[in-house]
Amino acid sequence: MSAKKAKKEQDKGLINFAINGQSVQAREGWTILETARQFGVHIPTLCFHPAVQPIGSCRLCVVETRQNGQSRVVASCITPVQAGVEVLTHSEEVQNVRRWVLEMLLANCPASRRIRELAKEYGVTSTRFRVEHPEDACPRCGLCVRVCEEVVGVQAISLGNRGIFKEVTSPYHQHSKDCVSCGTCLYVCPTGAMEQLFDQIRG
Amino acid sequence: MMGDAMAQVSTARKLEEFRLPNAEALAAYREAILAQRDPNRTVIIVCHGTGCLANGSPKVAAALRQSIAGAGIAAPVIPEIKTTGCHGFCSRGPLVILQPSGLFYQKVKEKDAEEIVQTTLMEGRPVERLLYVDPRTGEPIAHDHEIPFYKYQQRIVLRNIGKIDPADISDTIAVGGYQALATALTGMTPDEVIAAVEAAGLRGRGGAGFPTGRKWRFATENVRKHPGPIYVVGNGDEGDPGAFMDRTLMEGDPHAVLEGMAIGAYALGASQGFIYVRMEYPVAIRHLSLAIEQARALGLLGKNILGTGFDFDIQINRGAGAFVCGEETALIASLEGRVGEPVPRPPFPAERGLWGRPTIINNVETWGNVSQIIEKGSQWYSDLGVPHSTGTKIFSLVGKVNNVGLVEVPMGISLERIVDEIGGGVPGQDRFKAVQTGGPSGGCIPYKLKDTPVDFDSLTKVGAMMGSGGMIVMDQRDCMVDVARYFLRFLEEESCGKCLPCRLGLKAMLEYLDKFAQGQGSPQDIEELQSLARAVKAGSLCALGGTSPNPILTTIQYFRDEYLAHVVDHRCPAGVCKDLITYSINPEICNGCGVCARNCPQGCISGEKKKLHTIDASSCIRCGMCMDECPVDAVMVE
Amino acid sequence: MSVSFGEIETILDRFPPQPEHLISALQDVQAKLHYIPQAAMQAVCEHLGVPLSRGWAVATFFKSFRLEPRGVHGIRVCLGTACHLKGGARLVEGLERELKVSRGHTTKDLNFDLDTVNCLGACALAPVVVVDENYQPNASHRKLRKVLKDLTKA
Repeated sequence: MSAKKAKKEQDKGLINFAINGQSVQAREGWTILETARQFGVHIPTLCFHPAVQPIGSCRLCVVETRQNGQSRVVASCITPVQAGVEVLTHSEEVQNVRRWVLEMLLANCPASRRIRELAKEYGVTSTRFRVEHPEDACPRCGLCVRVCEEVVGVQAISLGNRGIFKEVTSPYHQHSKDCVSCGTCLYVCPTGAMEQLFDQIRG
Repeated sequence: MMGDAMAQVSTARKLEEFRLPNAEALAAYREAILAQRDPNRTVIIVCHGTGCLANGSPKVAAALRQSIAGAGIAAPVIPEIKTTGCHGFCSRGPLVILQPSGLFYQKVKEKDAEEIVQTTLMEGRPVERLLYVDPRTGEPIAHDHEIPFYKYQQRIVLRNIGKIDPADISDTIAVGGYQALATALTGMTPDEVIAAVEAAGLRGRGGAGFPTGRKWRFATENVRKHPGPIYVVGNGDEGDPGAFMDRTLMEGDPHAVLEGMAIGAYALGASQGFIYVRMEYPVAIRHLSLAIEQARALGLLGKNILGTGFDFDIQINRGAGAFVCGEETALIASLEGRVGEPVPRPPFPAERGLWGRPTIINNVETWGNVSQIIEKGSQWYSDLGVPHSTGTKIFSLVGKVNNVGLVEVPMGISLERIVDEIGGGVPGQDRFKAVQTGGPSGGCIPYKLKDTPVDFDSLTKVGAMMGSGGMIVMDQRDCMVDVARYFLRFLEEESCGKCLPCRLGLKAMLEYLDKFAQGQGSPQDIEELQSLARAVKAGSLCALGGTSPNPILTTIQYFRDEYLAHVVDHRCPAGVCKDLITYSINPEICNGCGVCARNCPQGCISGEKKKLHTIDASSCIRCGMCMDECPVDAVMVE
Repeated sequence: MSVSFGEIETILDRFPPQPEHLISALQDVQAKLHYIPQAAMQAVCEHLGVPLSRGWAVATFFKSFRLEPRGVHGIRVCLGTACHLKGGARLVEGLERELKVSRGHTTKDLNFDLDTVNCLGACALAPVVVVDENYQPNASHRKLRKVLKDLTKA
């Protein structure tokens, strides 16, 4: 597209760029992920849900962006579109990240069928890493915590601790006085792990 | 202790009487302080940096006071005893320096006080046995500025430390403190201040090395676009293990940080600043708090500073035990009372930071450079160091080096000069094996690259990183696989856990390194680990995860043979990895004292009194007790 | 340990009821009570207008906070790089064996807490161990044993 036409498009509020070589248009403020979905380009996600603000934590939605000779790997769910950028959703660098993350997820969330299916989509069917908690299905995506805060507004649960000890829980692992038993966390949980925790939280 | 605190508060109250209404008053106040001081009066400086404190320097100071009191010296000539921050030569503490001559005593004990007073103060002679002896020449060196450790440094940011009492603002004023702030406020526009910092070429000293002036400019542009408050923050959350530059600066010259932040706040249009200090640095917190109180009392902080209409005040926030809060977005979260989890950048804090407002976060050492740029000019500053890495940098030189301590050198000096000329070389060996710079984010530089200039870009080119200034010297008895593993373990404990590549990746990389350390795995594993490392580097949300593979990647790059020795030969050449070593007792050295046997938790050392003792390797757990306790160093590791 | 609400109120009065003071308020409470009892946590969260789940998240994220009563004496072994190279790990292991306690926990008799710290910034004294607030430079098993023995006798 000529620079003149691109500018004209931009003035209309449209931003032109490319995903996997395909020309796409987006509006100011859209993210790469939203645009990709609009154009039928598939990008896997785990911690993304349209009901809450995206936080770019699972990193499964990473894509490679190339512009002005520079290349970056970014989380597409939180990266705003930019005119003229070249987005690659399955470049070698991106696939490397995705495959290793999925393989590590298989070891850390061995009880989740959804993760097994997601991993299989990318050719990851087994893991070389140690499985320490065979019953664990929680990827600590934080969706339950975020809906409880942003949608329900009671903030009954949070992610306690940090690093490999990070866990979804109600304070002191006791029944939460703030929980209203709405079950939104159950609904939004991508792996069903919340089912194991729900009774402890709501009491 | 309580009495000291009360004395400090009453100093502040008295100080309010001297509240400075304008820049002229500051100059007059300084003149008045200097007029009261006799430049020829002997001042006995007793270093009270953390190292010397731990080695008993308060007792030395007390003993000196007592001896002086008992010596009956005439009143106008009584030497003053001054306690100061860290002089940097920590391996030689407790340090006592006599000014104005610079007579330097090292490893001073309480019982030496009497002799110092008698021999040096009364009889005018040095106490020979307390002098520093250059291990290379065997000659004593009497004055601090002649000692190689100090001679080859260029102490600019550290210039006042060791000369001033950080708990007494009049010392700071006497050496010219706040003069630069006065100059900026009365003689420069905010834009001129930013231009000066840009022209000086100052780059962030916290690790990333981003051009400071440019960052300030972004922030002012953002404030123009979105009018409202802008904040300045001093990052004192120095968490790299082995680094204590910021601690020394905050403890020993807190006003250097405050003044720098005030100048920056003026340039940026900020009226509120924060200093985020690790809770593990209680002395730094105390000295900064005192400094702020005293500066407020004199009108150098607070409302209408020096009568110029400029308002600026600083609050101290204490860290709560999270290395990740040194990352600027995590630091901001912590200031907002939230969990210290980083958020993706862009947007950068200069655009949207604390409470969504433009925020300038700079390392405290960076702030410590600002007053000198204003006072001596950007040309003077940019003449120091090398182009693209101007000025000086403070390093903590630790590990297997003779002179462990804090050094400040011009950028561009070679690694070898630092380790050799200033550090005095590696004890017992003729060369270092590797120098690790940049902490857990950095890399190991092998001896063959000893001529690498120490500046931002040269270090990045060899795969390492300047980082915050930790410089860890390693010798043949340090295992590079163990070093990589150590940094990974550190980061695993400190990871916030929010993003998968870091939370899961650190654990996964450790699985490989644990395997190698146990002599398991294969050369194929080394390739796999490199691929995993690339994924963690590219996929992580913040720099903690993003730089975590650096120690692994550089040690594999420069010490691949050592990795192969572990996995293929099941050997740890450095004699460190527990599963690959055996402890035994050297029959030529053992004197049969039995200390090892008594301390062995497994009870696997046997031998008769005064006869050779032996270790039963099958029960030995390689805990190292025998080696640590043996008085004659008879325990061998292979 | 019984909590005096008067003490907590005095501390909380220093803080305007804004969420940003959560960490500072918890630090001041712990400075006074040596740990953060659940009742104190609830009071802090109520005063600042913060949900209990956030108080819990913060207190468990930042490792200086203690939600359980502490031992009489605190032992902190530095595991910074310089200390690691000089045998810091062996010191911790030795203490764990001798005191029969894992790092991060308190001995059964509630006499000693054993913790590790990632760099105290006293690298010239490696390996460094801090017992109560006293730095033990160039620590060794023998020196530590003596210090602990003296503390137990006292």
